[in-house]
Amino acid sequence: MGLLNLFAKPAPTLLRLPSGSFTVDRDGRVLTGTLPSGFPAGLIKDIARQVRATFSEAAAAQLPLAELIINYPSLKIAARELRGGAIVFLSPKAPSSPMRQS
Amino acid sequence: MDKRPKILLADDDPDVLDMYREILAQLPSHPEIHTASSGSRAIAMLEAEPFQLLICDLKMPKMDGLQVLAIVRRKYPQLRTVALTAEVDEQFRSRAYALGADLFWYKPATEQETKMFLECLESLLGRETEGGFRGMQSKSLVDIIQLECISQSSSVLRITNGSLTGKIWIQNGEVVDAEATDLRGEAAFQRILSWKAGNFEMLPAEPSRPRTVFKSYNALLLESAQAFDESRGSMTAEGAPQPASSPLAVLSRLQGVEFVLSMKSGQGGYQVARGLENPERVATWARQNLERFRALGDRLGAGPLEKIEGFGPQRHVALACQNDTEFCVGWQHSLTPEQVGESMRKLLALWAS
Repeated sequence: MGLLNLFAKPAPTLLRLPSGSFTVDRDGRVLTGTLPSGFPAGLIKDIARQVRATFSEAAAAQLPLAELIINYPSLKIAARELRGGAIVFLSPKAPSSPMRQS
Repeated sequence: MDKRPKILLADDDPDVLDMYREILAQLPSHPEIHTASSGSRAIAMLEAEPFQLLICDLKMPKMDGLQVLAIVRRKYPQLRTVALTAEVDEQFRSRAYALGADLFWYKPATEQETKMFLECLESLLGRETEGGFRGMQSKSLVDIIQLECISQSSSVLRITNGSLTGKIWIQNGEVVDAEATDLRGEAAFQRILSWKAGNFEMLPAEPSRPRTVFKSYNALLLESAQAFDESRGSMTAEGAPQPASSPLAVLSRLQGVEFVLSMKSGQGGYQVARGLENPERVATWARQNLERFRALGDRLGAGPLEKIEGFGPQRHVALACQNDTEFCVGWQHSLTPEQVGESMRKLLALWAS
């Protein structure tokens, strides 16, 4: 059984929206974080990249920003600019009961 | 309807696909059942031909069911969707509904559950797909109110239209109160009736709700129809509002607004009210951000982007979308984040009205 398991395909997992924070420096390196280890590093880098791009492009458009809040129905992303880098907080939200009748 | 409905079933397990193909074949409407073994394959099939219903497993490799639902809701808003999973977790139920799923169902394990599942699917297939309020597709909001009043029902209708929410209290077949954004009573009722589409939810009656509306429901509906006709009369032949009304200028007069920039979704160009020295640059920045965070939301399976708020040393900025118009609004630096959020809600409500 153990040998067979070696060749078994890993079962897909559903991505849970994490709660926690991380910091990213001006070069896009993720420095510290409190996000669960199961949350993909690629997605953390992706969030960091989008947030940093938003801050830098806002400054270029003469709209300098120090803080950013992005709202989704299931997640809130809050970010604070740190000299080219950022500290980013992720907080899952529990949406209210479904609106659709079935 | 003589045409067989088409169902697309997406699951990465071929055995499950075979099993559900057999189960779905029992549906009274005898649907055509197509299968996809991955999320990306399902999206490709939806692009190739129209389907009435997508049943999607949540746990799939590469592109999971939540990501599929996020894409589907944006690209095919009329498609009925069912999220199917064996994963017992309330977070996934909430997220599936937030992504616009019509039904969230744990994979049926008993004959009774399978029967109920099939009944729900048949009900979904039976609904009309054209316009109206989700939750009762073939009916307009006027129809729903009339149905409630004629049947002498008592209930609370909660209606959402984008970021706007309204409630109508019905007691023994009479409209007794209404609430929409900052309006109450008849004004709120008329505002809600002016919304062309949205979602509704029927809540339990609240008999203790104080009465603020004293007209009959017929009179209220008649007034709404008249108001609708008048608003149509003020449109130009091309359907565009007359320049004198200048809705963007009205928005820019809201307290705390520094600038308002509006853009049509998916089109170039912009319209700006109040002075912006570099509107083109700001419009480009706003578009890029809305696009990038929509895409990020899809990758995270977090649902459609609601709004972006930025707080800066000179001014605050908020980005949001109302129907097919995207807004970038500059707010005075003196406003608190809560005031920016509240003012943005008012601005969008004003636009919707």
